[in-house]
Formats: sequence, C-alpha cells, structure tokens
Amino acid sequence: MHPSRVLPAGAAIDHAKVVFSNDHAASERVQDSIIEAMDRHGFGKASRFAVRLALAEGIANAFKHGHKHLPSSATITMEFAVNSSKVVVSIEDQGPGFRPEDVPDPTLEENVERTSGRGIMLIRAYMTSITHNAKGNRVEMVYTKPA
Amino acid sequence: MAATNSRLRIKKADGVVQVEFIDRNILDEANIQSIGEEVSALVDAEASPKLLISFANVDHLSSAALGTLITINNRIRGKGGQLRLANIDPQIYEVFVITRLNKLFSIHETTEAAMKTFT
Repeated sequence: MHPSRVLPAGAAIDHAKVVFSNDHAASERVQDSIIEAMDRHGFGKASRFAVRLALAEGIANAFKHGHKHLPSSATITMEFAVNSSKVVVSIEDQGPGFRPEDVPDPTLEENVERTSGRGIMLIRAYMTSITHNAKGNRVEMVYTKPA
Repeated sequence: MAATNSRLRIKKADGVVQVEFIDRNILDEANIQSIGEEVSALVDAEASPKLLISFANVDHLSSAALGTLITINNRIRGKGGQLRLANIDPQIYEVFVITRLNKLFSIHETTEAAMKTFT
C-alpha cells in the first residue's frame, strides 16, 4: 500500500490508500479507480454495479453520519485492493462510530417511507461481506467475483 | 425551469409534467439535493401535480436518491397529485425491490405505459 492524498488521474491502480475530505472530485476519482481496476481484472457489469453502489453508500455514510458533527474539512481514509478474484475496500471516518444493529430495518412496514437508513442494507445486499470495527467508524467491504 | 445548471429535462404533455435525468449517475449528495429542490419546485407550481419521472438515462442510483424520491412522492400525495416512475434499468429496479420501494411507487416499463395510468 502506498498512501497518497489523491490518486493520479488515468493511472492503472490495483491498490491504494487515499485520504480525502467531502470533495466530489476526489471521491469520484477513487471510485472510478476501483471500478476501472475491476474492469481490468475481468469483473462483469453486474459486479461493477454492485461495488459502485456500495462505494457510494459507504462514502455517503462516512461523511453524512460519521462526520455529522465534524467540520467539512475532516477527512476519511479509504483503502482498496482489487485482484482477479475479489475487491476489498475499507472506509474509516473520524466520527464517534455507530452500532449497525441500531439502524432500523428500512423494509419494515412502519419504516418503508423513511427517507434514510437504506445505505447499510444495500451494502449488505450487494457485497459478499461487510464488517465494522468495534468503535463503528471503520467499515470493511469485500466483493468476491461470482464463479 | 430553464436554469442553466438544471440536472433535469422537463416537458409537459397532456397535463403531465415529464421529468428526465441528465446525469447517468445519481449518487452524489449535492447533485441529489439539487435534483430534489428542482423537482419540488415543479410540484409546488402545480395545483394537483401529475409527475412522471423517467430513468431512461440512469445507470446508478443511491439510497439518498431513493430518499429524495420518497420526499417527492409524499409532497405530491399531500397535494392530491400522482407520481409515476418509468424506464428503470433492470439493475436499478432490483434496488427498488431490495428496499421494497417497488411496492411504494407506481413503476412502469415505458413512458407510454405510465402515461396511460394517470387518472
């Protein structure tokens, strides 16, 4: 892993550690890098769709919920590694953490009209595995290429 | 709504406001917020809004976009209006199914099919 603040544009990168604040361009670039790496490693359209969605949800959760009470300059740290069999991504924010089990089930009748709370369930639905650290401010998501 | 930074293509046909997204990816929070504000203004401008949202150009959609659609749906229902969604790519439709929002929204395969359901 080679830590860097921003990824060079257009470079073929299979793994990196990136630190960025709530900045659309930086966030887009790291997501694009991961999707491009998946393309190079033979992941199909459905796999790229799944990971693209999980990345968007994970990053949105970090800034929107994790950094709710922090200045917009606060950074998150993302690490990713892509090879021909799997994609591993971690997202760590500087917030106080949360307990995933405290997020109400958005598919229950009484919650279906809630306007938030679906990010984690979509990550769970689309990724092979999702784990949180004990503090709840770091999520690791793994996507395994379908056989 | 002819704002130069509009993220929507809007036209009116047979009393229905038809909205199409310009962005292929509706993932970014700031974009979603501005889409929500633009659509809300359309809804507010109608006495009994009939709105058709087409996803024809959309490749990706996040949960924040779903939240905005729920807000728009509630706003329209609050005014006794009707909302229809159409042209949703199968991969995106699956997101509606996983979140069970396919039960909440009136979703149709094509614009023509959706137009026939307005009353």
